Amino acid sequence: MRELICICCPRGCRLTVDDDLNVTGNFCPRGVAYGKSEVTNPTRVVTSTVRIEGSDLAMCPVKTSEPIKKGNIFKCMEEINKIHLVAPVHIGDVIIHNVCGEEGIDVIATRNMEKL
Amino acid sequence: MREVELAIIGGGSAGLSAAVSAYDAGVRDIVILEKGPFLGGILNQCIHNGFGLTEFKEELTGPEFAARFIAQAKERNIEYHLNSAVSSLTKDKVLSYMNPEEGAVQIKAKAVVMAAGCYERSAGAIAIPGDRPAGILTAGQAQKFLNEQGYMVGKRVFILGSGDIGLIMARRMTLEGAKVLGVAELCAWSNGLNRNMVQCLYDYDIPLYLSHTVSRCEGKGRLERVIISEVDERKQPIPGTEKVFDCDTLVLSIGLLPNNDLLNNLGIPQGRSRGSEVNEKFETSIPGIFSAGNVLHVHDLVDNVVEEARVAGKAAAEYILGTSEEVENDITVVPGNMIGYVVPAKVSSKGDDKVSVKFRVREPSKNVYIVYELNGKQIKKVFKPVIIPSEMEIQALPKSLFNGESGTLTVSLIKKEEVK
Repeated sequence: MRELICICCPRGCRLTVDDDLNVTGNFCPRGVAYGKSEVTNPTRVVTSTVRIEGSDLAMCPVKTSEPIKKGNIFKCMEEINKIHLVAPVHIGDVIIHNVCGEEGIDVIATRNMEKL
Repeated sequence: MREVELAIIGGGSAGLSAAVSAYDAGVRDIVILEKGPFLGGILNQCIHNGFGLTEFKEELTGPEFAARFIAQAKERNIEYHLNSAVSSLTKDKVLSYMNPEEGAVQIKAKAVVMAAGCYERSAGAIAIPGDRPAGILTAGQAQKFLNEQGYMVGKRVFILGSGDIGLIMARRMTLEGAKVLGVAELCAWSNGLNRNMVQCLYDYDIPLYLSHTVSRCEGKGRLERVIISEVDERKQPIPGTEKVFDCDTLVLSIGLLPNNDLLNNLGIPQGRSRGSEVNEKFETSIPGIFSAGNVLHVHDLVDNVVEEARVAGKAAAEYILGTSEEVENDITVVPGNMIGYVVPAKVSSKGDDKVSVKFRVREPSKNVYIVYELNGKQIKKVFKPVIIPSEMEIQALPKSLFNGESGTLTVSLIKKEEVK
């Protein structure tokens, strides 16, 4: 049995996951999914920034489109840090396809960066 | 002097939401005055996710959440001015602001929504003993440098204060290659949300020192080390408990203060949240001047900010259009035992709707009741297995509970065994 704090939202429910993966203490169904995945295959959304030229700020914020494996977080940062963008970039634009080889998970822009 | 119907001070989440809400309630002549170079306010530098679960039923980053409200304002062609800090506001609702395009401008508004957010408590406010080298900055400053301008603020970092921005910056700087040596928290409990403790500290094995503070900073030119000490129950450093951390950067996450000078200068009474006292429509003691968002009281969640500002924006529209009903705010709401502050300060006993009461407790408690008493008579109690200061409580009270009675509504925290 493990006691966890759900990180799906800022509510932070205190979950209990038993050996048969039954989750209690959750406010919403996302807590059940989080509780199960956290004890079997923990994942996180990574948010960061990439260099951008030609816009009014030096950095464009990005995120992984889905949570990636926790063990891949620093590898994901390495891939993100290799990228240079040129404005314009818009929310949802794909910056990296299949990040860290995770099928179907992209790194996408999270801010509209217009060309100056 | 130009006259407008509604002036909104601040183009962040609260200001944008109030503007959109006032527009949708029928007001067209709206001006948003934003002191920064972008709409969206502090959300733009909050690149982490977790925003919008209530408002949009999905998990967004700060810039994404801001973009949705910016789009809503732009779809309605709501006028806004950037780089426009409001320097004064009079009781007659004359606002002075300045920007590079228009120069110094005065406008007179029928109604004003104050939505200027908050600012960070700084190093000077807590007077840490020792040197004053470079490398001591607030979490929000570090966040702006790193996330918008691309400057790494340090390589070996210590963090004072376990507020959410501090925890988020601990993770952010770790991901960018810094070594975060630890977080010291003056209180015996964490002041951040639980989820941030987990995904920002535990995930990266960053130690949290509860009941500790930075008792000394040392460095010539640049910070070289901080010394932390355990504190006693009066929060004074205990000699002999010092720990030394060699670091080049100290990040402060020691609290947010409502940026409310414009309203304080008008003599509007201040609540314990350090924002202005308001009624349930978020109107201050001056009719037509409203306040919502972090300038009223510091929120945990932007979803709650936009909801609050929506109510304020609609009320401002009703004031302008003359459709608001005359109500007497005949109940004064006061914080009782163990309650830090309560918003709103005034409500009306009349009506068949609900009033949303928001407050924070002073310290973490278990197995307690939140008790609502009108003139000493209990009208509602709610059991809480756990309640903590870092999570704002919101309770919708049906007005039928007041039974038309005016007086004083007290919100208190009472231990389970002491409740009748």
